[in-house]
Amino acid sequence: MKKDWKELTAEERQEARFERWLAGEGLDFASPEAKASYQRKITRFKDVVQLKKAPDRVPVFPFHTFMPVSLFGVLPGEVMRDGEKLVSVWRRYLAEYKPDYYISPGLVLNHAPLEKLGYILYRLPGKGVDEKYPYQCVEGEYMTADEYEALIEDPSDFFLRTYLPRICDALKPFQFFPPLTGLLELPCMGPTLIALGTPEMQSALQALMDAGKAAFEWGGHIGAFEKEAQEQGHLNGAGGISKAPFDVLGDTIRGTRAIMMDMYMRKDLLLKALERLTPLMIKLGVSGPNISGNPIVFMPLHKGADGFMSDEQFKTFYWPFLKEVILGLIEEGCVPFLFAEGGYNSRLEYLNELPKGRCVWMFDKTDMIKAKEVVGGTTCIAGNVPITTILSGTPEQVKEICKGLIDVAGKGGGYIMASGCSMDEGKPDTIHAMIDFTKEYGMYK
Amino acid sequence: MAKVLATLLADLKIEEAINFVQKSLDEGVDPLAILVDAKEGMKIVGERFADSTYFIPDLVFSGEILKRITEILEPHMKAAKGVETEKIGKVVLGTVKGDIHDIGKDMVVFMLEISGFEVIDLGIDVPEQKFVDAIKESGATVVGLSGFLTLAFESMKETIEAFKAAGLRDQIKVMIGGGQIDNQVKIFTGADAFGLDAMAAVKLANQWIGG
Repeated sequence: MKKDWKELTAEERQEARFERWLAGEGLDFASPEAKASYQRKITRFKDVVQLKKAPDRVPVFPFHTFMPVSLFGVLPGEVMRDGEKLVSVWRRYLAEYKPDYYISPGLVLNHAPLEKLGYILYRLPGKGVDEKYPYQCVEGEYMTADEYEALIEDPSDFFLRTYLPRICDALKPFQFFPPLTGLLELPCMGPTLIALGTPEMQSALQALMDAGKAAFEWGGHIGAFEKEAQEQGHLNGAGGISKAPFDVLGDTIRGTRAIMMDMYMRKDLLLKALERLTPLMIKLGVSGPNISGNPIVFMPLHKGADGFMSDEQFKTFYWPFLKEVILGLIEEGCVPFLFAEGGYNSRLEYLNELPKGRCVWMFDKTDMIKAKEVVGGTTCIAGNVPITTILSGTPEQVKEICKGLIDVAGKGGGYIMASGCSMDEGKPDTIHAMIDFTKEYGMYK
Repeated sequence: MAKVLATLLADLKIEEAINFVQKSLDEGVDPLAILVDAKEGMKIVGERFADSTYFIPDLVFSGEILKRITEILEPHMKAAKGVETEKIGKVVLGTVKGDIHDIGKDMVVFMLEISGFEVIDLGIDVPEQKFVDAIKESGATVVGLSGFLTLAFESMKETIEAFKAAGLRDQIKVMIGGGQIDNQVKIFTGADAFGLDAMAAVKLANQWIGG
């Protein structure tokens, strides 16, 4: 009899998630070859992550945001306005470059819903930055220092009535909306229901409706593309997303400067908030794979990098909460895919506190010889192909770098060829070199 | 006496440092002398950052302490008798066209200022012409171009080309930094040097102006 999910060990849950992914439920493969290609890529990924044996060859994942767009001379602004154009670029990219894994065009997002919401957290191409540039986050203090308690007490309420009105102009009326707990019982529902009917709230709700409608329409393009891509044997490299609690708060809620002040001025509140956000980040991470069927949870890491904070600060504010999120995801059978931007040389030892064969750590500028030596027995590593060589170097230079990475980091398995950063741009000859060379030279005998 | 404030600030003792400033003012100490001591403390902070005793949060916090001290001293400055320390030289700095990131740039501005440089901070998403104008206006001989995203490579290159076109290239030294900047980008853009952190910028500026 099949065991209930609750009774499964973390390892069994991971196996179950891989099985579900491999089965490709709902996919109607274009050909037996396409199905074999899809499954081979999953098996390759499973082998490289679990560290039980070397995969058939080093997998290659040119990690990116707008990179496919730049390969074909299209502008970020164009694809953010036109869902069909967006997916057609991705189709071309997969057909011509054939990477093992790709990042979904779903990450690019669409102008329309963001505009309807009056979204100001990011500047968009053609709206705040030039059409040719990618979207960029606007640093700011979106939560004030005296709002820590409100966040800790009820994060969802804080998001709905304080944070969202600050990052979406059209949702400003939510700041005057009463707490949803007002809907407790019939006699007390009046004020909340009436508040829903104010002209301001009606227009905020209308903005949400409009944004949702636009996003749903755009999502149709993405959904159709994803289904078709997997059916042709391509593989989406991420099934969900989460973040380190310190980055959640420091990137877009308190902001970099404010959170660093908080480390000194309100340490206890900061720690409490991080603790409060931790289970929410596990929940967020797991929700992706539950829907997509793909167990990989992408986690971009920012402020824990070398030089950003001391070891003591990392140990106090960053690592314990990140570790708990990672362990929580592993417990649910997911595969956390951590992208350590910057250098992680001084943090490597911490990674050995994690169970073996459950994560991927993608490195930007970390010394890969040292990384393989220190954590190679614990976790699969990835990345390190410098974006500067990709953008301004030659295919020969890229091949040379890839060869070094395969020889050292790829020794015995446990390495995924990837760029050091998430690429906004690319160059056709060097991207081809990275993919093609890895496929040829990265075979394990 | 003088060393006390510098030490308190260098050790990031915010309350003690502020109380000390208040007490010194009450005792009739020249506000400018207090400011000089505070800057001495900031210099030590810079040294500790350079040798990796301190990191970004410590630097940000020291900046806050200095800001509060300056705010206390401000109303008393008119009565100041001393002379402010002379600046080593001028540096024009900004995040290049298209890029709106400022955390790294601000760190460099901060470190240059506490190291005795006058910094003309042009902000983010700075067009070439604005750099050119600032260099002409200030007579600065060192220019820092910051950029976090890869789009900055091209913008830096175009900015440096604009310096050439304006006939300024021979009079200035250009340093670049931020995000993915490395030697390859230095060559691509035609900059004189690149730096991996804020201290590298101070070193380069010292080398070019001080040396």
